[in-house]
Amino acid sequence: MTETIWLTTKLAAVTTVLLLLFGTPVAWWLARSKAWWKEVIGAVLSLPLVLPPTVLGFYLLIALAPDSPIGQLIQAVFGTTLPFTFEGLVVGSCIYSLPFVVQPVRNAFEAMGDRPMEVAATLRASPANAFFTVALPLARPGLITGAVLGFAHTVGEFGVVLMIGGNIPGETRVLSIAIYDHVEALEWGQAHLLSGGMIVFAFIVILIMMMADRQMRRRAQ
Amino acid sequence: MTSSSNQNTEFKARFRQTLGTFTLDVDTHLPAKGVTALFGPSGCGKTTFLRCLAGLEKAAEGSLTMGGKIWQDQSTFLPTHKRPIGYIFQEASLFPHLTVRDNLNYGMNRSKETVNEGNVEETANLLGLNKLLDRHPDYLSGGERQRVALGRALLTSPRILLMDEPLSALDQMAKEDIIPYLEELRRTLSIPIVFVSHDIREVERLADHMVLMDEGRITASGPLIEMLSNPALPFAQADQTASILEGSVVSYNQDEQLTEISVEGHPILVPGKIGETGESRRIRIAASDISLSREKPSETTILNVLPAVIQSVEALEAGRFNIFLGLGQENQCKVIARISSLSQKKFAFAPDQTVYLQIKGVSMIEKY
Repeated sequence: MTETIWLTTKLAAVTTVLLLLFGTPVAWWLARSKAWWKEVIGAVLSLPLVLPPTVLGFYLLIALAPDSPIGQLIQAVFGTTLPFTFEGLVVGSCIYSLPFVVQPVRNAFEAMGDRPMEVAATLRASPANAFFTVALPLARPGLITGAVLGFAHTVGEFGVVLMIGGNIPGETRVLSIAIYDHVEALEWGQAHLLSGGMIVFAFIVILIMMMADRQMRRRAQ
Repeated sequence: MTSSSNQNTEFKARFRQTLGTFTLDVDTHLPAKGVTALFGPSGCGKTTFLRCLAGLEKAAEGSLTMGGKIWQDQSTFLPTHKRPIGYIFQEASLFPHLTVRDNLNYGMNRSKETVNEGNVEETANLLGLNKLLDRHPDYLSGGERQRVALGRALLTSPRILLMDEPLSALDQMAKEDIIPYLEELRRTLSIPIVFVSHDIREVERLADHMVLMDEGRITASGPLIEMLSNPALPFAQADQTASILEGSVVSYNQDEQLTEISVEGHPILVPGKIGETGESRRIRIAASDISLSREKPSETTILNVLPAVIQSVEALEAGRFNIFLGLGQENQCKVIARISSLSQKKFAFAPDQTVYLQIKGVSMIEKY
C-alpha cells in the first residue's frame, strides 16, 4: 500500500512540477498574445476538461503505441516505449491535468493587466527580468491554485491511467486503480482505508486553498 | 539628487499612429529645460503622445531623437527599458509585493547611471517618505503612493521625467499633499519634465511651456505665460481666465504681513510670507479681479496699482470685453483684464492707451 501511495505522490509531484515549468509560459502567452488564433490553441488545451478521460487515454495509447509514428520516434530516441510505464503515465497526466494548471495561471496574468510590466520597463527592467521579478510574484495566488489543482487532479486520475498505464505494481498502479482493484477483490477494508484517506486528502487540499485565498484577499485590501 | 547634466535634452518628436477612428499626428520639439505641459481635452491624444515618447506605444510612423540620440526612426526602436526616462503613471502603480524601500530600489538597482550612496535615504527625505520605507503599498494613502512612485522614478537618474496626469487620480487633499513636492522638483531638478494634464490650474501652477492638443494634433505650443494671454487661443476667452506673472521676491514686511514681489520692475504686494528674497515666484491674477482707470487713482484701498499699455481690445459673448495689456518697458509682460461692455462703452479703451490696473489684493496669488 505504501508503494502505491508513494507512486501516486511521485506521479502527481512530477506532473505538477512539469506543468508549472511548461504551463506557465503557455499561460503567459495566452494572457498576453493579441493573435486571433490564440483562443483556438486555448480551446485545444482545455479539451481535457470536457473529454471523457477514457477517450483521452484511448487516443494517447494509439498515439504512443510502438507501431505508431510517435511511438517509433520515441523508441528511436529513448530506446523505449511509453505505454504501461511510469514515464507514459507522466505524459498522460501532464496532458490530462494541463488545463487545471494553465487556466488559473492565465487568469492571474490577465487580472494583472499590462500596467505592472509597463512600470517595470520604465524602471529599466528587461521583459525577461520583469517577468521573473514582477509578473510571477504578482501571479503567485494563481500559481498556487494551479499547482494544488494540478496535483490533486493527477492524484485522482483513473481513466487515462487505466488506458495507458494498466495496473503494474510499483510502476503504474496508482491509488485510484488500487481502490478499484480492492473493490473488485471484495477487500473492503483496504478500499475503505484508501478511499477514506483520499477524502481526508481532498478536504485538506480544499481547506488550504480557501485559507490561502482568504490570506491573499486580506493582503490585497 | 539627480546627476546634473548639461547635455542637450531636447526632444524632436514626430509620430503618426492610427487607433481605430483616432489618429495621433504630431511633429514638434519639446524644450530641453523646464516643465512642459501637454494640455487638452480628454481623448485628444496627449497620453498617447507621452506613451510614444516613453516607448510604451510604438507609433507606426515616427521618429524621436533626444539630445541628438535616436530613440526611434524607420529602422530603430529603443525599447522602454533602455530609455533613460522616469515615468509616472496616473495611478501610482507601485509593486504591491514589495515594500516602499524595495519599490524605490527596484529601478535604482537596474539603472546604469552611477548612484551615490545614501541616495534612497536622501530621496525619501526629500519626498517625506522616511517613515514609510518598510511599509507595503497597501497601507499607504493615495498621495503617499504617488510620492513613492515619484521617488522611484527619480532614483533611476532619468534624463527626462514624463508624468501622465500624476494628480488626476488623487482627491483634493492628496493633491495638496503632493503639489508642493512637484513644485520643489520644478525648482530643483535640472532635467526637463513633460506632464500630461487636462486641468488648467495644475498647468498654471507647474508648467513653463505648454503644448496644446486637440483631436490628435498639436494646435499651439509655446511658453505658458504667452499662451495663456494670447488672444488667438481659447484660454483668454474662458470664464476663469487669469494672467500668470513671473516675479522675484524682494522683501517681507513683518508689520503688515505683506511680501513684495517685483514683476518687470513693478512692486506687487502679496499677503503673507512668500519665499525668500531673490527667489522667483509665480503670481496669478484673475482677469475679473482687475479694474482699469484712465487716471492714476489717488485715493483707493487697492494696494497694487500699475501702469500698463493696452495692446488690444476684444469683445466676448454675454456683454463682456477682454482688454489685453502690456506691462514693463517693452510691454512684454501680458495681463488680461475682463470688463463689462457698459464700461467699454463709457471709456472706449483702445490700443496704445496707457491705463492703470487696480488689482484686488486678496485673490491674486496662488499659494506657492
